[in-house]
This record gives sequence, C-alpha cells and structure tokens, in this order.
Amino acid sequence: MSLIEVSDKLLYVAFMCYLVATFLFGGAIKPTKANEPRRANKWGKLAIAITIVGFLSHLGYFITRWMYTGHAPMSNMFEFTTGFAMFLVLSFIIIYFMYKVAALGVVALPIAILIIGYAAMFPSETSPLVPSLQSDFLAVHVITAALGQSILAISAVAGIVYLLKAVDTKQKSKERFWFETVMFVCVLVIGFVLASITFSSMGVERTYQYTNSEGAVTVATYNMPTIFLFEGAVQVEKEDGNMYAETAEQNLGFVELPPLFDSRQFTIVTWSIIFGTILYGLLRLIGRRSITEMIQPLVKRVDLTLVDEIGYRSVLIGFPVFTLGALIFAMMWAQIAWGRYWGWDPKEVWALITWLFYAAFLHLRLSKGWEGKKSAWLAIVGFAIVMFNLVAVNLIIAGLHSYA
Amino acid sequence: MEKIRCECGHENPIGTKLCGVCGRALTEEEQQNKLADMRYDGIAIRSKTHNKSIIDKVWNFFSSVKVGITLIILNLLAASIGTILPQEFYIDASTEAAKKIYYEDIYGSFGSLYYNLGLSDIYSSWWFQILVLMLGVSIIIASIDRGVPLHKNLKNQRVKRHFNFMKRQRIFAEGQTTAQQDNTLGQVEEKLKKMRYNVRREGNALMAEKNRFARYGPYINHVGLIVFLIAVMLRLIPGFHVDESIWVAEGEMRAVPGMEGFFIYNDDFLLETHDNQAQGEQLKQGVNVVAKNFQTDAILYKQAEGSLPGQTDNLEEVLKEQIRVNHPMKYDGYAFYQMDYSLNELYKMKFALTNKETGASLGDVVIDLTNPEKTYDLGDGVRVDILSYVPDFSGFKNGQPQTATPAPNNPAFIFRMTTPETPEGETSFVAIKQTLEPLGETKYKMAFQNIETRDKTGLTIRKDSTIPFLFVGGFIFMLGVVIGSYWAHRRIWVEELEDGTIRLAAHTNKNWFGIKKELDVLTEAAHLPAYIDQVDLEKEKEKEGDTAL
Repeated sequence: MSLIEVSDKLLYVAFMCYLVATFLFGGAIKPTKANEPRRANKWGKLAIAITIVGFLSHLGYFITRWMYTGHAPMSNMFEFTTGFAMFLVLSFIIIYFMYKVAALGVVALPIAILIIGYAAMFPSETSPLVPSLQSDFLAVHVITAALGQSILAISAVAGIVYLLKAVDTKQKSKERFWFETVMFVCVLVIGFVLASITFSSMGVERTYQYTNSEGAVTVATYNMPTIFLFEGAVQVEKEDGNMYAETAEQNLGFVELPPLFDSRQFTIVTWSIIFGTILYGLLRLIGRRSITEMIQPLVKRVDLTLVDEIGYRSVLIGFPVFTLGALIFAMMWAQIAWGRYWGWDPKEVWALITWLFYAAFLHLRLSKGWEGKKSAWLAIVGFAIVMFNLVAVNLIIAGLHSYA
Repeated sequence: MEKIRCECGHENPIGTKLCGVCGRALTEEEQQNKLADMRYDGIAIRSKTHNKSIIDKVWNFFSSVKVGITLIILNLLAASIGTILPQEFYIDASTEAAKKIYYEDIYGSFGSLYYNLGLSDIYSSWWFQILVLMLGVSIIIASIDRGVPLHKNLKNQRVKRHFNFMKRQRIFAEGQTTAQQDNTLGQVEEKLKKMRYNVRREGNALMAEKNRFARYGPYINHVGLIVFLIAVMLRLIPGFHVDESIWVAEGEMRAVPGMEGFFIYNDDFLLETHDNQAQGEQLKQGVNVVAKNFQTDAILYKQAEGSLPGQTDNLEEVLKEQIRVNHPMKYDGYAFYQMDYSLNELYKMKFALTNKETGASLGDVVIDLTNPEKTYDLGDGVRVDILSYVPDFSGFKNGQPQTATPAPNNPAFIFRMTTPETPEGETSFVAIKQTLEPLGETKYKMAFQNIETRDKTGLTIRKDSTIPFLFVGGFIFMLGVVIGSYWAHRRIWVEELEDGTIRLAAHTNKNWFGIKKELDVLTEAAHLPAYIDQVDLEKEKEKEGDTAL
C-alpha cells in the first residue's frame, strides 16, 4: 500500500470515529429520569477517547499526505477543508478538557463530519505547487490561520448549544425561525453530499465548451445533470491532447445564463437545494417536529452561563491565533512572494472582514454587555463569515487565492 | 472641577459610579443595581464628565464604544463591497476609458454603475480612507478616555471595601467558617499566595490580586494598531517607498529605476513546468501547464565612484543571484521580485543581400532589433543602409511606416542596398512576409535567413522603509491581544467581622469558570462559607418566573 493510500484510509477511519463518537456523546448527555452521573461520565469518557482516536487518525492522514506530496497538505480545496475539520476537532478536544461539557460534542463533531463530507466531494488528487506557493510560509500561514478559524468556530458550536436550549420552540418567534434556518442550512450540506454521491454513482459527466466573460474559449465539466448552462455552450468530448470535439447528443440543460454567472456552480447549488429540501421534508415528516425540537432534548441539562462563557472564551483564544495566522503571517508571506504585504485580494479582504467582525464581537460583549443569546447569534454569524471565506471566496470570487 | 464626596471621605470626580477607595455606589442608578458595574471599576471616564466645548463634543463622539463599533462595521461593509467585482488594479486595462469599457462589457449595467460609483477602486477612495482614519482616531481617544483613569484607579486600590461594594459583586459569600479555627485570614493568605496571588492585608481585611497587567492588554494592542496605521501612512512620504518595474531581456544590461547608479544584467531566464496537466481552477483560468519555477539569473552592478549617469564602462559587480518567486534578491533595503516574463521575443534578424536573378549572396546582415545600426558595410563597395526601422509595424501614414509599440513584435525596415552593380542604391521595404519596392523594381533583395529570439524577465524593484515600523506595530498588537486574551485579572476581597463572620467577594474581568475553580479550592482549604454566583441566581429566578406563568 502506498503512502497516499494509507493516508486516505486514515481519513476514512477518522470519519467513522467521529460518527461513532457523536452518538456516544449523545448517550453521555441523554436526559435520564434518575440522576445517573456515573454512567453518564462513562459514556463521556468513551466518547472523548474515540474522538481522540479519530483525531490521531486524522493527524495520521495529514502527516502521511504531507510526506507523500512533500508540502503541507493545505494547498487545494480538498486538503484545506479536510485540514480545517481536523483543527476543529482538535479545538473541540482542548475546550472539552477545559470545561468537560459533553453537549459541545454533539454539535462540534457533526459539523466536523459535514465539513469532511463536503471536502470529499472535491478532487483529492495531489498536485504540485505553483511557484508562489513554494514556501515554508504555506505551512506556517495556512495552518495557523486554519487553527485560529477552527477555535473561533467552537464559539459558534457553543452558540448553537446555547440557542438550542434558550430558544423557545413552543412559541412562534423570529428566533425560532432563524435557528431552524441554521439547521436547514446544515441539512443542505448533507443534500450536496447526497447529490454528489448519487450522480457520481450514476456516472454523470458532461463537458461543455463556451466563451467566458473575458472572451476566451474554455471548458467546464459538470458532474451533475445540467440545469443551468453557459450561453452558447456546446457539449464536447475530449479528444487527444487539449482538443475537444462536439458530441452527437447535446444535453443543454434548461436555462442559459450569460457567461458572467458560473452556471456550473448554479447547477450544483440547485441540486443541493433540491436534495437537501427533500431530505429536510422527510426528516420533518418522520419526526413530526422541527429539527430544533428533535435535537433539543440533548441539551436539556446544559448550564447556559457556562456555555455562554465557553463561547466567549473560544473567541478570546482564537482571535490572537487567527490574527497571527490570517493577517500577520499572511502579510509577511505576501511581502516575500509578491513584494507587497497587502494587495486587497478578495481572500485578504475577507480575512480582514472576519477579523473586524470578531473585534466588533469582543467590543460589543465588553462594553455593551452583549451576552447570552445575542452573543450566541454573533458567534454563528462569525462562523458563517469564516465559511463564506472558505467556500464562496474560493469558488466564486476569483483572485490570487483560487488555487483549488 | 466638581467632586462627589463619598461617605468614607474620599473625593471622587463627577461621574464616578463606585467610590475609588471604598467602592460604595455613588450614583442613584448604581445604587439601584443589584450588581456593581465593574466594567472600568466604576471610574469616571473623561467623556462622561466633560461636555461643554467643541473639543469635548468631538472627544465624546470618538470615545463612545458605540461609535467605535459602528466604525468597525462600516469599515467591514465597505471592504466587502470592494470584493463584489474585481478591483481596477486586477483587471487588464490601463486607461480610464479602457476600464470603463471593461466593466461595462463584462458586467453590464451593474458593472457600469459599480465603476461610476467608484466602487471599482474603493480602497483608494477618499471616503474609505476617512473611515479608516476615523476608526484610528476612535481607537486613540477611547483608549485614553478609559485607560488613564482606569490605570489610576487600579494603582490606588485600597484593601478594605465597603459592604455595599462587596455584596454587589457577582461572587459573594457571607457566613461563619465551616470549622472552628483561629486565624482564618492567615490561612486564606497562605492559600492565595500559593495560587500566586499578591495578597495585601489591612486590619481585618484582605485583598488578593493577580494578573493586573491583563487589564492593560486592550490598551497595548490599540497602541500597536495605531503604530501600524501610522506606518501605513508613512508610505506617502517620498523616499520611504520605491515601487518600480523593469523588463530586462537576456543578455541585456539596464539601469535600475529608483536606484541611482545601479545596473542589472539578465544572464538567463528560466521557466520550468511540472509535467502534469492543469486541473480545476487552473483550467478555468486558462493555465495549461503548471509552472514549477520562474527564475532570473541576475547580476547587479554598481557604478564606480564619480561616474557620470548612464556610464556603463566602469561597473563593479555587487551581487549575483537567482531571483525566483518567493526568493527575491535583496540589496541595501531594495528587493528585486520575479513578477512577469515573456518568452521568445524577437532579438536579431539575419538577412542575406541576394541577387534576385542568380540567387548569389553578397553577404549576411545581422540586425539587432533593439539597437539596429544605421549602416552595415560588407566591403568591396557593398553596403546596406537602414533608412527607416519600425519595431512594431502597423501600416503607413503619409508614406511613412508607423509603429504600434516600441517592442519588436513586428519589425519592418526600409533598406537601401548599394552594390558595385547598383552604385546609386536600390530601396526596398521589408516586413515579415511582405516586401515592397516603392521606387521601382530592384535587382537585389534582402532575403530573410533566420531569426534569433530571447526571453525577457519582468522584475519589480521595491524598497519599503515602512516595513520595520509595521513589524513593530504588529508585534505590539499581538503582545497586547495575547496579554488581554490569555490572562484574566482576578481579585478577591475577604473581611473578617468582629463576630467571626467571613465576608468574601471576587471579581474577574473574564473566565469566571477559572476563578470559581480557584475559589472552590480556597473555600475548602480555609473552611470558608460557600459563595454564590449572583448571575446564576438571577437566571434561576427568571426561570422560576417562567414556569409560574
């Protein structure tokens, strides 16, 4: 077995461990009528042990892949996202040992699972580095930034736990609506994974040739049935080399969009929404309750003040790490590679936006007393910004950082 | 200035919430509160005490945290708007007109609007810079407004606090010790010292404090930010910042712009590629092969002392280095970055002066396209004159050949060929795949033989004297943010009343979980009465109220 195969296997093991640990954490905090602290404690210990095994396996994936490619495995969408999930689990483990709140695991691990699932939908081939990435700063900058983001993400985990308990599901409110929306978005991610797996098992692959907004002829490959298509595109087949020939059968989708809009991404998003919504509908039909109500019993015994403090604490711990990795190391590298420490590249700007947002979070909490629910919502918005920077800025806004 | 006199006799500035000495609540509002407002230890901040002159009003505006947060959010929004479409410096258009057309063509009416509103160059717009500047001012004023009085207050803390202050702390305990013992305060002191608290005693009162420096973290990081912002502005001062670009062909020596008396020689340019296919985003961006290395073998020369500008015959080699991406060549504060390249540019063209009928050649002429000579003498009365040369032929205007650019992309010549057979000389216009004989048919022609090409490297020369200042600013910021985030200022007040009752209060600026753990240890070791967390208590009361409804 080659190193890269070992690496892939280890990632799979980690994934399974997180899955098992999630249920164990669920068992650890299961509301029992009689107080059974001893048993709960046993479940919790087992859960964190499996989580640590999963993390070590994940770390094994990271190290073996690093050894195989010769560079830090953080250089494309698959690698960065998988790495981010690893740091998220690491941050969770650290916070768990500080506060021993099992309820965090029931939220943190599923998020890590979703992120790995999302990452797995991107090509996982290793690729050599372009010159601008050939630097020790790749490891230093990206790892520190990802670690900072993942610690900040724990505050969103705490925020979700907090709101799960604090939001009143009996009465109709904006809060209840928005929290269920957050749950819905999580289901959409599963929808994306389901759609990808379904269509790839059906062997859907279509290549189209079109003229992009800059006027250059280029190709796009769809792995999902075409819904949106670039204006004037034709379906093609690859011949030898870089030559393409028109296919006899033309699947041209339903809606043509001007080349300015990425029809391929639109198609993927639409399919994810279709799959996700169906899944969400099924879940609600089976459970006969909102998702919020379904998982709410898990956090019944949570100490709100403590969870609020965990959320605040993880921002305090994560903010300096994020600043160092995503701004300071980033500027140092940019100075060396491009000769300017700051260039208003979209990824840079969004790192700055994340930083400003958490700065506002800290000031609101310190001076305006935004604690509890408000703070929890802010933490969730912060995580949304981090995810936007990871997903949207890489895939939609083209810039110097669109390597993946 | 007016003062409020506390019952304990201490005179506090107007606006003080908690007496600086004993901690009694001084305002009516504060007296009503169940818990003391400990945010700045109840001090009077300047903005709350002065509100008369215009300076006071400006001061008060900028010192407000609400204004500060609003400015942060405005900066955040403005920055995000700039990422909707690519900024002007990332697009392939140089003139204003070309930019306007670019945004219109590619992004339609939205692009046009974006451009016309100036959003396509948002980060250099005056209003964006004013927003950043206002945030800077807010940071300075808010820090002074709170930092100075807070510092004074923390420096002059008294050990004994009033009951009113103690009972309104979040963590409070009152009661008898849980075991019969002498010298409770002594035990408390010993235990707290083990936990690395600074303990002070005054009669029957004790105050323990640790990590007071953590309170200064925010002010330190604000100083760092200000240093950073000032360093960014230093760039505007001439001499602090050099940013020049230069194209150097292989085998060419060029004066370095922005660096008086220095010349750079391009010995070789190298482009190496990985042997695999591009994938994903690379394909989308039109990258066909994955580059592995861009490299210029450069030699930097310096003129000898007392040379004339441009004089190149007395150069001394100072540095020979390979410039690669991520590995700039550095010299005396200047750095040379590998930024661009152009492969296979036309360099030399070789022609043979040929008799059209016989095909016999009278000799070869090699023309350096960047520096052609006027006359090429082939001996025995044979010579070729270049009457006119255009490097990038674009057509005729008034009978004269025109050039589109100064780069030799499409060279064209007007030759006069003089041979013993044609002593008057014959004129011929020669361009690539095109020959004209404007003054009648000629006997001889300039037959194209071959062409020599060479690579060009695009280098950027930068000197940024602001970097050390930026570094200092960044370092101070990190220091402050780490101090403020990773340490918590904890204080514990204990008082032993005459009847043996122990009264305890504790405060921390963050991480209550941590101080409670320490208090648990202390309570057990010194047999203190159990403390209560009044925030938890309030929450529980709320809950009971809920269920009652």
